[in-house]
Amino acid sequence: MTHMKKLLIQLSLIAAIGLTAASARAGQITAKGSDTLVILAQKWAEIYMGKNPGVKIQITGGGSGTGFAALQNQTTDLANASRKIKAKEIEACIKAFGKRPTEYKVCLDGLSVYVNAENAIKELTLDQLDGIFSGKIKNWKEVGGQDAPITVYSRENSSGTYEFFKEHVLKGKDFVASAQTMPGTAAVLQAVAKDKNGIGYGGAAYGAGAKHLAVKRDSVAPAIEPSEETVVNGTYPIWRYLFIYVNPALDKNEIAAYLNWIRGNEGQAVVKEIGYYPLPDRQRQ
Amino acid sequence: MTSNTNPMRRSVGWLGLKRGHQAHPVEWLAEKAIFLISLSAILMVFLIFVFVAREAWPVLRGQANSSLVRPVIPVEQMDQLSPQKLQDYLGLTPKQYALMDQETMKSLMEVKIEASKEVPDDKDARLNTVSWRYLARPYQWTGYDHPVSIWQPVSPVPKFNIIPLIIGSLKATLVALVFGVPLALGAAVYVSQLAAPRYREWLKPGIELLAGIPSVVLGFFALIVLASFFQGLFGYQSRLNAFVAGIALGLAIIPVVFSIAEDALTSVPRSYTQAALALGASRWQAAWQVVLPAALPGVFAAAVLGFGRAVGETMVVLMASGNASIVSWSLWDSTRTVTATIAAELAETVFGGNHYRILFLIGTLLFVVTFLSNWAGDVIVHRLKKRLEGKI
Repeated sequence: MTHMKKLLIQLSLIAAIGLTAASARAGQITAKGSDTLVILAQKWAEIYMGKNPGVKIQITGGGSGTGFAALQNQTTDLANASRKIKAKEIEACIKAFGKRPTEYKVCLDGLSVYVNAENAIKELTLDQLDGIFSGKIKNWKEVGGQDAPITVYSRENSSGTYEFFKEHVLKGKDFVASAQTMPGTAAVLQAVAKDKNGIGYGGAAYGAGAKHLAVKRDSVAPAIEPSEETVVNGTYPIWRYLFIYVNPALDKNEIAAYLNWIRGNEGQAVVKEIGYYPLPDRQRQ
Repeated sequence: MTSNTNPMRRSVGWLGLKRGHQAHPVEWLAEKAIFLISLSAILMVFLIFVFVAREAWPVLRGQANSSLVRPVIPVEQMDQLSPQKLQDYLGLTPKQYALMDQETMKSLMEVKIEASKEVPDDKDARLNTVSWRYLARPYQWTGYDHPVSIWQPVSPVPKFNIIPLIIGSLKATLVALVFGVPLALGAAVYVSQLAAPRYREWLKPGIELLAGIPSVVLGFFALIVLASFFQGLFGYQSRLNAFVAGIALGLAIIPVVFSIAEDALTSVPRSYTQAALALGASRWQAAWQVVLPAALPGVFAAAVLGFGRAVGETMVVLMASGNASIVSWSLWDSTRTVTATIAAELAETVFGGNHYRILFLIGTLLFVVTFLSNWAGDVIVHRLKKRLEGKI
């Protein structure tokens, strides 16, 4: 190929890259963080981009911790999180951009506890779950099942689901050291589906392949299945808010409009499709 | 290496590069350029080590403190503190301090007070869990009935003991070596010494094709197929464990060990084999008792390379080992390796925080282990060679 032609091709490639880079800046929203929220965030982004062609939204997962780290390093506009931000992370954000990040509750989630479909157990109390996941209860027969050791499946510690479960069900105690950690809720479900003696936990959105247990607050309370009613009115014991955090300086124009849309009726209708639970009316935008 | 006797034409060269002829200027330039490029490769490896170790430096020197119980200063007293004390209390660099206004510093002080309220009611909260005592030795934490080595960095009281991770890496690597090296060696001996040439033609590239399998595909294969297969065969409890991960790792190192061992065996002079056969040895005897000992340096180097590859492999163990950080020498228990820990957890950590530094620390450890094993392997190969040549 002649020298001139080569040069021309190289120049046009550089120009193309430059142009795409330039266009990428305009109207681009980045959201990083929670794997629990990632499918919902992608659906929101898809629908919103369909209605507003000028806006480009980019969603990545990685865990709530990743989202906060990205918020602090200012490599993301929105941080999806399945747990509240911690004081140390707030401190890091203040050092990075001078203000506390604004917290928006975007939907509700019930953490389901999964067992293999062939497991005879149908319900457990919060105390029994505490004992199983922290290693005090080692055999299914101690909670009324078959005589077999319990295999505990957990999430990686970068996950907000892990931290929420540890804080609210284990009351801050450690998970049992022999808990096998899986990279995502789908992996936990798959592992439990393949293991007759397995037990795991995860967000309610990924619900196929194993069955979930009904949870009792204590031994005399009724066993509650996770469903929209029970999670929204708080009778299902393991529920939480899912959040989006944003740098207050960025919370205007397109980003603010997007956040308002998410928390309005249109955005909340999408929540039900994915399998999470929408905010009650009084908390909507 | 003969030096030219004519003193006018001999050039010692820069940095002792002896050349037996007068250098053509372009040649000289090209030589220097290649020399610098090769030097830069070594420099880059050294720099990687420096940058990784730098992140872990405060923990290595014992200067990091993860104690949760810290003195708290009420917001009202902010003005009474000297700038230096305020910087130390808030953990600011002088540059950050200069850029901050009163409002921001006030909110930082409020956050510090909130953080102090989040401290768990635990006797271990005041411990410095990143000091070497808790990194390397077991301790009886609250809620445990005997001293244990626990890696649970995301916790009200973070626990950073690295012993379970090191044991996990060693277990998986050991299984990989025990499974992979004999297989690869056997294949190398067969392909280079015993196979008919027409089989050798497609066997050698066939086995080396295994090297082209991405490690994530191997990990996936182990997770879906191998794990169920072995659990059906042996009937143990944990579906994902050190054994499955080790076998998958073995599959990953077989092409590496095979390649190098086969090259070493083929480069043994034919005269050895011919002499052995002429004296009445069978092909098997010649291969096993004459050629293999002669190729021992190369074979050993292959094994060392296999070890380095196995200990540094990430995706396979991340997917197939179960990632449970327990101290156990049983192969049927789930295990957590150093590489999988770094891969899974680094994305989560706060930049510059204790967890982040500890992950870089174990990364440095991995680097040092691989480096030392390669170096020891080199020394041993050198000695074996010397012994073979009759110089020792």
